[in-house]
Amino acid sequence: MSNIGTEEHPLQVAIVGSGPSGFYACEALLKSDICVNINMLERLPVPYGLVRSGVAPDHPKLKQAIKVYARIAESPRFKLLANVKVGLDLSVAELTESHHAVIFANGAETDRKLGVPGEDIPGSHTATEFVGWYNGHPDYRDKVFDLKSETAVIIGQGNVAADVARILAKSVDELKHTDIAEHALDTLAESNIKDIYVVGRRGPAQVKFTPKELREFESLELCQTIIDSEEMLLNPESAMELEDKSNSAQRKIYEQLSKLAALEHSNKPRNCHFTFLKSPKELLGSGHLEKVVFEHNQLSGDALQQSARGTGETLELETGLLFRSIGYRGIAMPSLPFDEQRGLIPNMDGRISENQQALPGLYVTGWIKRGPTGIIGTNRADSVATVQSLLEDLQTLDTGTEKSGADGVCNLLQTRNVRYVSFEEWEKIDQSEIDRGQPKNKPREKYTYINEMLDLLG
Amino acid sequence: MTTIVTDNCKSCRFTDCVTVCPVECFHFDDDMLYIDPDVCIDCSACIPECPVEAIFEVDDLPEDKEKWIEINAEKAADLPVCEDKMDPLPGAEERKTELGF
Repeated sequence: MSNIGTEEHPLQVAIVGSGPSGFYACEALLKSDICVNINMLERLPVPYGLVRSGVAPDHPKLKQAIKVYARIAESPRFKLLANVKVGLDLSVAELTESHHAVIFANGAETDRKLGVPGEDIPGSHTATEFVGWYNGHPDYRDKVFDLKSETAVIIGQGNVAADVARILAKSVDELKHTDIAEHALDTLAESNIKDIYVVGRRGPAQVKFTPKELREFESLELCQTIIDSEEMLLNPESAMELEDKSNSAQRKIYEQLSKLAALEHSNKPRNCHFTFLKSPKELLGSGHLEKVVFEHNQLSGDALQQSARGTGETLELETGLLFRSIGYRGIAMPSLPFDEQRGLIPNMDGRISENQQALPGLYVTGWIKRGPTGIIGTNRADSVATVQSLLEDLQTLDTGTEKSGADGVCNLLQTRNVRYVSFEEWEKIDQSEIDRGQPKNKPREKYTYINEMLDLLG
Repeated sequence: MTTIVTDNCKSCRFTDCVTVCPVECFHFDDDMLYIDPDVCIDCSACIPECPVEAIFEVDDLPEDKEKWIEINAEKAADLPVCEDKMDPLPGAEERKTELGF
């Protein structure tokens, strides 16, 4: 029996990605009774993944999850190596050579496609691009969103669709004291948008918004919410679904939508319309989006298993701006197996697998493990489960060769002139962002270019 | 705004909620769980996890359960954190049936 996981022979683990699933994996390892050194790799110079660049700026309380991650990072057994791109600056093989185990927690970085003609016409965007842009993610810093159109269409029925709609609906006053990126606030201040359509494939009994997100649409400064009462009518199967005891969460969502539908219309300058049972068929325009053709849907199938089918009846909506928000999708990591259909890394209880065989020392957690579902906390249970598998494999992880851990990785990075950023250096960026925000009464003003972040560190 | 555990948790304490809490804001005694309102980030992940629907957002709290806002705050302040899932209390399944779930 080897003495792996002891003071003399600590388990060396690399975690790829510094969002919630990465930090919860880290927490679970640190809470276990083995001695472990953790090196967390992050491709940006700044940590926290979608808590920093996905959670909406007007949801500051949710971002407090960061406090938990900062506390985990205080462990002397934890090291952050940010601004390091695994697959580019370092190969997966180099990580496995220097660590007993590698946990991939790199999330789902792209969007699902609608698969309709005209999808990529200028004026049609992914929600990921827009969310990244208003949250100051460097990848999307220079994206241009033309808000001159008076109408915006959002395809999707989940919380990201609701976030995009709300950010478009809010006034500058409602956003200016959040950590929204300055360039986004400036663009939003010039917005001409008057009508926002949030369009879903299925009906009001199947939407995935949370009641809390919907409630925010009751009291926007400049925007009233409009839901046609006919849109709230249910087919018999949907009515049965809402009566089902196992479906009480969905009933709460429907009740909240009904409350929005019953609101008296005021004369606020913007309108947010929620509309159901429609799928985009085609995006049309000469050189730029001009209109969307939708097909009406009807639900078919048994209660709780209904799917939307087109009726053949179409409707057109003129708009110059569209966001698709129908789900995220993972990106393949060079040299690791990838399930193209589901957009995730195939695995068995968190062990990365190929043809039903676990690949030794390789693990996965979070969205890239299970697909892009669930919220921040869902990743905690998921990462605990992956770490459980890793700990069960503990004895097999000792291959008898010495693992150089952080020393080995840092040496490689130095020879390649990769400027990695430590947690202490991130704290310097963090403090500078907070200081920059203060005169504007914002919790922070994010740096949005990688070179700005690195210049600060000298 | 915060999230509140109410009396349905009493004598059940299934703790499914704890596994999805991103900030470890649940505390426990021999009867049930309580949420620390100063730590909870209102993510609502716990609400659908509860098999006896004991957890509410404050805005959805039925009027007769409003006293639980104060009880959660007071109890959480003095009790230990529930870090991981625990076994349900003996008789929890019977109690669940009794509650109609």
